Amino acid sequence: MSLKRSSVQYTPSYITLLCLLCNREKAEVEETLKRIQAHKGVIATIVVNAEGIPIRTTLDNSTTVQYAGLLHQLIMKARSTVRDIDPQNDLTFLRIRSKKHEIMVAPDKEYLLIVIQNPCE
Amino acid sequence: MVAAINFLPPVDRECWREERPVAESRCGRRHASQGGRQAPTGKGLSRADIGQSGPSGGKAVPRAAKAVSKKRDEDASTEAGEGVDEWAAAKTLVKPPDQLELTEAELKEEFTRILTANNPHAPQNIIRYSFKERAYKPISYVDQMAIHFSLNGNMILKDSDEGRRQSIRLSTAAEKAPVETSAVTSEETEIKDEESTGDTQAAGDEEAEGSGTAEVAEAAEAEEPPRPRAKEQKLANQFNFIERASRTLNNPMRERACQSEPTPCKNFSATANQWEIYDAYVEELQKMERSKEKEKTKVQIAKREEEKKKGRNLTSLESQSDDITKISKAAKIMERMVNQNTFDDIAQDFKYFEDASDEYRDQQGTLLPLWKFQYDKTKRLAVTAISWNPKYKDLFAVGYGSYDFMKQGQGMLLLYTMKNPSFPEYVFSSESGIMCLDFHNDHPYLMAVGFYDGNVAIYNVKKATSQPSYRSSAKSGKHTEPVWQVKWQKDDMDNNLNFFSVSSDGRIVSWTLVKNELVHTDVIKLSVEGTTMQGPEGLQLQTLGCGTSFDFHKKIDYLFLVGTEEGKIYKCSKYYSSQFLDVFEAHHMAVDSVSWNPYHLKVFISCSSDWTVKIWDHTIKTPMFIYDLNSAVGDVAWSPYSSTVFAAVTTDGKAHVFDLSINKYEALCTQLVVAKKKNKITHIQFNPVYPVVIIGDEQGHITSLKLSPNLRRMPKEKKGQEVKKGPEVEIAKLDKLLNLVREPESKAGK
Repeated sequence: MSLKRSSVQYTPSYITLLCLLCNREKAEVEETLKRIQAHKGVIATIVVNAEGIPIRTTLDNSTTVQYAGLLHQLIMKARSTVRDIDPQNDLTFLRIRSKKHEIMVAPDKEYLLIVIQNPCE
Repeated sequence: MVAAINFLPPVDRECWREERPVAESRCGRRHASQGGRQAPTGKGLSRADIGQSGPSGGKAVPRAAKAVSKKRDEDASTEAGEGVDEWAAAKTLVKPPDQLELTEAELKEEFTRILTANNPHAPQNIIRYSFKERAYKPISYVDQMAIHFSLNGNMILKDSDEGRRQSIRLSTAAEKAPVETSAVTSEETEIKDEESTGDTQAAGDEEAEGSGTAEVAEAAEAEEPPRPRAKEQKLANQFNFIERASRTLNNPMRERACQSEPTPCKNFSATANQWEIYDAYVEELQKMERSKEKEKTKVQIAKREEEKKKGRNLTSLESQSDDITKISKAAKIMERMVNQNTFDDIAQDFKYFEDASDEYRDQQGTLLPLWKFQYDKTKRLAVTAISWNPKYKDLFAVGYGSYDFMKQGQGMLLLYTMKNPSFPEYVFSSESGIMCLDFHNDHPYLMAVGFYDGNVAIYNVKKATSQPSYRSSAKSGKHTEPVWQVKWQKDDMDNNLNFFSVSSDGRIVSWTLVKNELVHTDVIKLSVEGTTMQGPEGLQLQTLGCGTSFDFHKKIDYLFLVGTEEGKIYKCSKYYSSQFLDVFEAHHMAVDSVSWNPYHLKVFISCSSDWTVKIWDHTIKTPMFIYDLNSAVGDVAWSPYSSTVFAAVTTDGKAHVFDLSINKYEALCTQLVVAKKKNKITHIQFNPVYPVVIIGDEQGHITSLKLSPNLRRMPKEKKGQEVKKGPEVEIAKLDKLLNLVREPESKAGK
């Protein structure tokens, strides 16, 4: 069974469509982040790049930098731990529940997404 | 007057013979003349005697004068006898041309000569600097030794080393002469002689003579003779050895250094973990695979590759610039986690809650409401179809449309996951309301969808577009009425996808995806029996029934059931396109749903707007069980875990769950799910894995409910007996029931 289309002509319009699609993806991600931020109990959202520099945040600068630096290190350590035990494994999520709120970190290949949520009703 | 003569210089006899004409010029005339001026000798020689001797202008050399005078006396005395004769013979005076002319008085002057033992040539006043007194001081004693003649002798002591060596050499040299013919032996002798430094010469000779043994060691000792000779030549004379060394000019040293530019250094640090090594290997592997793929693709048209490259370049550029898209996966996980936090209690309930009160309520169960799914854009649309994804057990698709004839609008297709109740995973829109949908079993990303306008389409979830991948059209044989149900079939012989659709226009159509086009084939036309009419021009017009639902048999491929708007259920076969296998007079109103029992091969269930749910055995014309639910039944579904459990939803917002093995006549659970007046429930579906049902209503909401334990009761384990699980048990269970039911029925003639 093959559902493949016949060879596609890469006309300029197609290329713009591709761009639009990529933009669409971007828009989707943006929307997702907005939804997360608007979700009940979410205090802050931070996106950190591979070097530990925050590129997107909803908090003030100093706190963001603090969170980013500390969590970056922690994620490195956690990931190293997981992978040392089994190199085929990898860290997908980290949750730190504290008295006041919960810090959730979703590591990616190059980025970290940090969300601080207050799960209490 | 007369000094002691203790020194007699050698006298030249020739100069004594002054009278002789021949020898006079040769002799030391000066001696004679000087002697004349000196002090007279003991014998008182007058000048006259010696006046002839050459006059010399120089000063008297006392030494010579004394010597001459002395010698003359001796000679005169000793050789008087010999010389007198000669002198007497030749007494003629000869004047040399350069003789000093002196007067008589001067000639007769007497000179005194003192003869001493002092060296006349020795200096009389040697002055030396004395460092002690810091002054020049005359030396008191001057050495008076006069060396007239010295000759270095070459005599050495016989017993000294050198002497011995020389004697040996002489002896060997002497031997060498007679033995010149055989150089070998001579060398031997020398060798032997040289070697035996300590030995006596006799021994050495004996060894030398023994030539037989010596010849063997000849080669090894060949080097010996030149060596000692060389040694001897090097010996330095201990007494008269001057070492003359000269130093070569030392070139001035200059240091020249040059430093090359240091290679640029860079600090690099990394950790070498097991997983880093693993990553490196994986990357390597991927590279290899990619290169293999590239080789394969090279076979294809080059143009196509260029196009692909363009595409790739674009995406790569995009990916570089779009930082945010890379985080999509993480964002998705995060959203789910955030939702889990928010709906934490529901998640906990879903996983762990089991209604404890079920133990007390023997024949009753409950439905625990879990999540509620809703979406903005579907607020006005009714849920028209629900289906669980065969692969991902938490994913389900919901079709939105409208049952109202007058209010037809757009349709939507949403895919939700239980992990994220706040937002759908995928959203598709369509122009016409969706009436039905079905997931493909083998390709869980493909959905067949039937529309209100009679079209069918296939949606591909993997594709990013919100439009269907393939769509039927008016040209390609779409239905003229809404499509009420679609169902995928197995791939046909050409491995093309195909599905069936049933519609109110009375046709059951098989759609095949052939080369990206939907091709339709009319499978059967639902002709109503006994309604053939004579139309104009002699055509036989068949009134077609309106199909509203159908279901295919799980095991028997060709067998399927069709429910119609007239309330009939036709048992059909794919191979008979004009005739039905059987007809069931099922309901008084439209059959909303028919469904085969997942375990039992013969049993099926049907529901209708005539408020009833009926269970049939397809071999028997009359239903086995009939249930009246007091309201139009929208949908009925068998449970996947038990052959005797099914659920039905009614338009009054209630869900009814039955378990035939527990209670044949009543529902175990009748629960209000949605608000009665405002909303109607349209569909219900059991989750294949979890004890969850989802119910869709007319306001676009999906409610998920958890079945309480009573509703999921499995056959009790008898002590000592193994628990049988599996379809056979279920079948047997139902069979038992059916048998119970059947016999009284047949007897009673119900």
